Amino acid sequence: MGSVRVLVGTAKGAFILSADGKRETWDIAGPFFAGWTVYHMKGSPLDTNRIYASQCSDWFGQVIQRSNDGGKTWEQPGGDVPVDFSGAPPGASNKFVYEGTPGTHMWYDGTTHPFEFKRVWHLEPSLTDADTVYAGVEDAALFRSTDGATTWKELPGLREQRSNEWAPGAGGLAVHTILLDPGNPQRIYVAISAAGAFRTDDGGTTWTPINRGLKSKYLPDPNAEIGYCVHRLALHPSRPDVVYMQLHWNVMRTDNAGDLWTNVSGNLPTDFGFPIEVHAHEPETIYVVPIKSDSEHFVHDGKLRVFRSRTGGTEWEPLTNGLPQHDCYVNVLRDAMATDSLEDCGIYLGTTGGQVYVSPDGGDHWKAIVHDLPRVLSVEVQTLP
Amino acid sequence: MTTSVIRVMLPYHLQNLAHVGPEISLEVEGPITQSSVLDAIERRYPMLCGTIRDHVTKKRRPFLRYFGCEKDMSHDPPDTPLPAAISSGTEPFIIWGAMAGG
Repeated sequence: MGSVRVLVGTAKGAFILSADGKRETWDIAGPFFAGWTVYHMKGSPLDTNRIYASQCSDWFGQVIQRSNDGGKTWEQPGGDVPVDFSGAPPGASNKFVYEGTPGTHMWYDGTTHPFEFKRVWHLEPSLTDADTVYAGVEDAALFRSTDGATTWKELPGLREQRSNEWAPGAGGLAVHTILLDPGNPQRIYVAISAAGAFRTDDGGTTWTPINRGLKSKYLPDPNAEIGYCVHRLALHPSRPDVVYMQLHWNVMRTDNAGDLWTNVSGNLPTDFGFPIEVHAHEPETIYVVPIKSDSEHFVHDGKLRVFRSRTGGTEWEPLTNGLPQHDCYVNVLRDAMATDSLEDCGIYLGTTGGQVYVSPDGGDHWKAIVHDLPRVLSVEVQTLP
Repeated sequence: MTTSVIRVMLPYHLQNLAHVGPEISLEVEGPITQSSVLDAIERRYPMLCGTIRDHVTKKRRPFLRYFGCEKDMSHDPPDTPLPAAISSGTEPFIIWGAMAGG
């Protein structure tokens, strides 16, 4: 039957929720890294015991944690107390240094601002090597580690895409989405708020903006190559050229790896939102959680509704069974929805109100796993044998 | 070169990262300054690298403060000799988080 392990990053620590394949009874472990903000945790698809976590704080900066036993114990890679203090290398698992001269990006007021590392938003373990992991960081850049997160090196080609013109969204200027193409190890998609989506076809050396077809109504140039506030990308591993996007406003899809996007918002009550996910076994079944607007970051009409399309967009149905349908004013952040790959695909979401919900049947029925965690920033799911 | 044993007090979250209690003792070689004390901390506890000061610039993280002998030494040049009471181990060098909540 299999089982699942749900990795939840919150504003005040991390939690691991575990259940068997029925997904009815849950074991809650945590808080791990209590008091710290945990932006994201994700397990290696090659070694389910290997989990990476981004832990950060305004006081103490960035810390990277790694578990080799499924989250029971954690270590800072390379941070062991040395036997010989004189010759020990300094800890570097939290050392994110831009290649060359960092350069500048645009600031909110139109002035320039130097690129400064602030935190890791997203960790994406490699599909081919358990010691390789990518980090999307603020200020926006992509880093890669090939030694299990002990040391990091920027892939600077991404910031060669006119990064001096990139500007932060309200939450900062960050690489928040990293999609690895399971059929082509050289292809990676990333998304940056507020610069847009980008693709590499040579393993991260060179990049191309892939924003044609996107519309943002306040951009002076309606056909601008960059400058879009992309909130999230998602793909199904069986069709990696089909990518879905939650843009600031608008839900979009491309059938040609980002060369052209089309609007598939269809009958959504509002097409503003953050997360977007694809069903594990149905490449045309996708999920979004619309919120009222960019000025009111909570769900529409006081109802937490997940919208499902079985047609790859345009035709949407609300999923409400088991979700609060009155007096609800939460949001679901961009990294806070995920799926498992059990036979009956489970859908998971975490809210800014601290609830984590599961639907064990593809969205038809929902149940809260926990009600009162801190603000949920990220949810990832590991499907275990 | 002389070696001194210095006492250092760490804030709660750094105690947890380093798996130590509120106060640690360190052997520090040469002149006792903020820099030499922090160098010794990072050699002994590499998991604290980057959490007190920047890896590259060595600048103090903005929300941390350095205290000792009832003085705020946060803005002193990092190579200024620390007070004799700290150098002798009579008083601790205190690293503390700025007060802010939420």
